[in-house]
Amino acid sequence: MIQLDQASRTFQVGDQQVLALREVSLSIAAGEYIAIMGPSGSGKSTLLNLLGLLDRPSGGRYSLDGRDVTGLNEAESARVRRDKIGFVFQFFHLVPRLDAAANVALPLVLAGIAPAERKQRVAQLLADVGLSERADHLPSQLSGGQLQRVAIARAMSMHPALLLADEPTGNLDRATGREVMGVLEGLNQRGATLIVITHDQEIGARARRRIGMEDGRVISDTAT
Amino acid sequence: MRLADTFALAWGTLAQQPRRTALIGLAMSIGVGAVVVLTALGEGARGYVLEQFASIGTNLIIVIPGRAETTGAAPGVLSGETTRDLTLEDADAVARIAWVAAVAPLNVGAAQITRGSLGREAVLLGSTAPLLSIRHMHLGLGHFLPPGPSDQATPVCVLGDKIRAELFGNANPLGGWVRIGDRRFRVIGTLAAQGQQMGFNTDEAVVIPVAAAQQLFNTPSLFRILIEARGRAAVPRVKAETLALLKLRHEGEEDVTVITQDAVLATFDRILTALTLAVGGIAAISLGVAGVLIMNVMLVSVAQRRAEIGLLKALGASAHNVRALFLVEAGLIATLGAAGGVALGLAASFVLGRVYPQLPIVPPLWAVAAAVATAILAGLLFAWLPARRAARLDAALSLTRR
Ligand SMILES: Nc1ncnc2c1ncn2[C@@H]1O[C@H](COP(=O)(O)OP(=O)(O)O)[C@@H](O)[C@H]1O
Ligand SMILES: [Mg+2]
Repeated sequence: MIQLDQASRTFQVGDQQVLALREVSLSIAAGEYIAIMGPSGSGKSTLLNLLGLLDRPSGGRYSLDGRDVTGLNEAESARVRRDKIGFVFQFFHLVPRLDAAANVALPLVLAGIAPAERKQRVAQLLADVGLSERADHLPSQLSGGQLQRVAIARAMSMHPALLLADEPTGNLDRATGREVMGVLEGLNQRGATLIVITHDQEIGARARRRIGMEDGRVISDTAT
Repeated sequence: MRLADTFALAWGTLAQQPRRTALIGLAMSIGVGAVVVLTALGEGARGYVLEQFASIGTNLIIVIPGRAETTGAAPGVLSGETTRDLTLEDADAVARIAWVAAVAPLNVGAAQITRGSLGREAVLLGSTAPLLSIRHMHLGLGHFLPPGPSDQATPVCVLGDKIRAELFGNANPLGGWVRIGDRRFRVIGTLAAQGQQMGFNTDEAVVIPVAAAQQLFNTPSLFRILIEARGRAAVPRVKAETLALLKLRHEGEEDVTVITQDAVLATFDRILTALTLAVGGIAAISLGVAGVLIMNVMLVSVAQRRAEIGLLKALGASAHNVRALFLVEAGLIATLGAAGGVALGLAASFVLGRVYPQLPIVPPLWAVAAAVATAILAGLLFAWLPARRAARLDAALSLTRR
């Protein structure tokens, strides 16, 4: 599903070049569950942003679902993000003024789906993450675990094939983190490709494949 | 993304910050209101002047003795040039021109008018029966000058309302006698009170037959010939024919000046319209100021909402979607502000109309439309830069807390 060929990414900071990713090559099949681990600043988020088309490689190629997406223009990559990729973030990133249902509905709104159908799908999505009763709650009225579950429901609203989570439990206590990981793993079991960045060895152990990173390079890639 | 959803999202952001929204809206309102009320005033002044012109007669052509060689010089007082007088015969000849509805010769002078021991100075108008309709005068009591040959010096007069009141008080003036200069005149009618019109007050005038006035002032000449054309379209034609006829009658000498009310009116109209446009334009500058305010607030807003913009992009919003969101936001504020401004302007115009009842103060539709369009356009134009900045935000960077 994912084919990354010697992808690199450099950032210009002042007059210095920061090599965040150094010629990383990766091949990921549909339905995999992968944990990306490594010290802070090793390029994990940079890699995930490239995979999620939020960023482009400075060099190398990326093909997704057999299609070369390296040179897609802004509108085309927005479309791919909308239809194929779901994001879950460490800091949830819910829109504070929108209630849970409206937050979940955002990707559907962006995709131009009619309100009636939206309503139906949002109800189902919230039920899937066990938050049906919280549909009209604002983010400020929800706990961390609930916020992340709303965010997961939102990420899944367009039924994406690829689920990218950047430290999804980084802001949660261990028990809540486990709960959230349970929801994500459930989605993986139903077919979604799941890639999780984590510092948590326990989560790393649960993933079926672990990619270790250091200094912009993949230093280990083990499957169980 | 559906248009309705774009509007709903943008409106949600505005409703989230009611004070901010209200303040920008107010700035827009003041600009639009200023344009509306100032153009209303300008149009009011224009309407007032046009009304005044209409009140002295429509389709009016005025013949003045003497040739205006350079614009600005008063006709008839040109030195070194002998000008032939305008005569009653000239007026009668003009009356026979096609498309002429009516002609009134006119002599004007000051004279003492007395009745018994009461007396006062009055403006004496020597003319003929058509004067009443040509000059849009209104009769109070009795009759106006009798129709008939213009050279008959019948000793009758028609009194302006103020003269009537001063000489006769509450008594019936009809059939009474007054003395003007060394002659006696019988009062056959009075003019209705009309007040000042274009600087002339018929209330203080006395109208007598033109032949009598010529005898009183001991002159064979006329001060003016007033001509009313049959309709607006006939005015240029009558003017040309009058000029040609009088040239012929004056041995080939073009020694009269013919002015049309239309020409004077058009000049005033142009000047006053320009004035209205000028004040409206100056007021419209405040819309630009409101636009700059929108830009400033939107720039701050883009900076504050970086994470939200990044999120929308991650969820599949294109740069186009993001730009549309911010432009719609600005457009909504501007539209609200413009609506408020129109209400403000209409209210102010209404109040002004009450304070100056003689001015027909109504905001012109074109000005209202232009002000609203300018406000919305300014809002969108000044929001362009912030919207573009939002659309170009690096999604990955916006989402990380750096
Ligand atoms: N937008 C950016 N501008 C400059 N440097 C960046 C940017 N994004 C990442 N970096 C740098 O790239 C390196 C990798 O960052 P990142 O992928 O965020 O690491 P991780 O997620 O593994 O902690 C770091 O040195 C970081 O400072
Ligand atoms: Mg990171």
